[in-house]
Amino acid sequence: MTAHPTTSRFKDNAHEALGDDQLQKAMLNVRAGFIDKRAAVAAKLPEFEALRDSARDIKNHTLAHLDLYLERYEQKVIEAGGHVHWARTAEEARQIIIDLCQKSDAKIVTKGKSMISEEIALNAALSKAGITPVETDLGEYIIQLRDEAPSHIIAPAVHLNASQVESDFRRVHTHLDADRDLQEPVQLLTEARQVLRDRFLSADIGITGANFLVAETGSSIIVTNEGNGDLTQTLPKTHIVIASIEKLVPTLEDVSQILRVLARSATGQEMSVYTTFSTGPRRATDVDGPENYHVVLLDNGRSSMLGTDFQDMLRCIRCGACMNHCPVYHAVGGHAYGWVYPGPMGAVLTPTLLGVDKAGHLPNASTFCGRCESVCPVRIPLPKMMRHWREAEFSRHLTPATQRFGLAFWAFFAKRPALYKNLTPWLMSLMHLLGRDKGYLRALPLASGWTDSRDFPTPQGGTFQSLYRKQKSNGRAA
Amino acid sequence: MSARADILSNIRRSLGVTGEEAPRLTNVEQRISTAPRGLSVGRSQLPRQGQIDLFKQQAESALASLTELDSYEAVPAAVADYLRSNNLPAALRIGHDPRLDGLDWGSTAIDLLHGPSDGQDMAGLNHAFSGVAETGTLVMTASAENPTTINFLPDYALVVLHEKDITGDYESMWANLRQTYGKGTMPRVVNWVTGPSRSGDIEQVILLGAHGPRRLHILMIKEQD
Ligand code: SF4
Repeated sequence: MTAHPTTSRFKDNAHEALGDDQLQKAMLNVRAGFIDKRAAVAAKLPEFEALRDSARDIKNHTLAHLDLYLERYEQKVIEAGGHVHWARTAEEARQIIIDLCQKSDAKIVTKGKSMISEEIALNAALSKAGITPVETDLGEYIIQLRDEAPSHIIAPAVHLNASQVESDFRRVHTHLDADRDLQEPVQLLTEARQVLRDRFLSADIGITGANFLVAETGSSIIVTNEGNGDLTQTLPKTHIVIASIEKLVPTLEDVSQILRVLARSATGQEMSVYTTFSTGPRRATDVDGPENYHVVLLDNGRSSMLGTDFQDMLRCIRCGACMNHCPVYHAVGGHAYGWVYPGPMGAVLTPTLLGVDKAGHLPNASTFCGRCESVCPVRIPLPKMMRHWREAEFSRHLTPATQRFGLAFWAFFAKRPALYKNLTPWLMSLMHLLGRDKGYLRALPLASGWTDSRDFPTPQGGTFQSLYRKQKSNGRAA
Repeated sequence: MSARADILSNIRRSLGVTGEEAPRLTNVEQRISTAPRGLSVGRSQLPRQGQIDLFKQQAESALASLTELDSYEAVPAAVADYLRSNNLPAALRIGHDPRLDGLDWGSTAIDLLHGPSDGQDMAGLNHAFSGVAETGTLVMTASAENPTTINFLPDYALVVLHEKDITGDYESMWANLRQTYGKGTMPRVVNWVTGPSRSGDIEQVILLGAHGPRRLHILMIKEQD
């Protein structure tokens, strides 16, 4: 699981993924579920492109003044009766949360979807401390039952098919009638709703992430479609928000600008169903809501990204559009990336957070087709940053000699005829999968990838594409 | 050094600043005090009736249902109708909003339950602070009058919205909220609600009624001339 990243084995992971029929079937849903919807909803808003600029500028402004906005935010949270805890590392964040749980003698903790919680491997730590974490987002709940990591940042169970979910529910929900009908997805949803309703009502603490933190008001914001985050934070006595420091925005107006591009980029909705602005604990005039409100602010390497080539990555609003549009992600799914952040944003972020020695392969898992950047709502230059990593990796001599020449994901094989022959079937299936979408092969600018790394020695054996063609004409492949 | 001091000083080192620079302090102060509106969205810059129509259209396309009422007094009968037509028991969870409380519920067979929802209610009714036309979004504010749990726990969420409380865009709604609550002060929770609860987590097919309400019904009170 998340505590044990397998990022360093990206190539093996990818290989396995390509041979996994269930996964390949499920991954078709990414394209159907996200790409067309985003395009349609963006087309309905003439200002969409200008709003992307605006979102980018707001994030840039905030990052340039991050220290001051954090101080301001903290002051407002305290004024509203909340508490702010600062965590330099994942370890510190886990400890703060466990202490808070233990102080209130918590046994059951419900959780809204939070990538930061995944990043710090919170569930494992809670369990170890004798506290039961219950994921309440349907996708997170499903993968928790399977003891898996999310394979997508907004659709954690996108790698699964309904029949797999059905067998997990039958395996775990043993208190329910064994002969019940679970053929239809809606029956699965209803069952999860019933099972989790009891959990919501019995939890001692609710933990949510935050999509944004507002400096002006000291508010934390969650955006969901299910309403699980709201039940998580409203019903228990204590609400803990876990958020990383770059989630800050200055004002309510600023966040409104960004919200206009978030849902549209993420799920192709005009607006998500629930956007919730929470400010402090229950007031004297309230009859519901948590009595205690805590925010854990996590750094975990982010402050060191400021002022570097990777600062732009801190604009990320975790919409998932880059992976939804990534041909490599479509082909191998999220688990191949081996940790919590998959796809192009993961390829940039994971080496920063885990270290380039563990995740140096990821930035090579790219065709440099540029689709990720073309859809990113905050215009993060993802391909450029992947190239930064490859250069960093090169200069640090962390890769095997054969991989230093860039394009390792492809060139590795192109350079080694023997290995290449053995691995041809999986490369072929990758190519086949990439080619499943009309135009993808054309859009795979392997050539431009080569050009971009021309300052490196050109590998022998020509480009992958030329080898591919040669192989094909020799009748050895496909 | 405390984690707080460490993180702040690391940020400052990375940005090459001390935190004392006057221009930076001014930037932040101004941004927060003036809260510039940013880019406005043309679709909601409409005459009054256009905004109201846009709200209806957008709320319905987010799969909420909507009934227009000529007066606030028509709410109990409309709720009774709605419960009947959905084969629901004649019971309704409400908070302590004097506007809702003051209605003549006795003319209906509805059993009123007051206070926050305990998760056993089929239907609940709250009064919205505002509606935002650009996306058909309801804006609910937490209080004893309109408890947050009523927005989320009942299977059927009913919401009363005054037509006059509809704004074109989010920014105009924030301006009204600041007038009501004061600049920089928020109600404990502000909930934007756009349609009923849903999930796409199983095979990316959207299904209604995840953890929140399965249905969202808006009772919109027309403006009196
Ligand atoms: S990098 Fe851009 S597209 Fe990818 S998740 Fe972040 S904001 Fe979305």
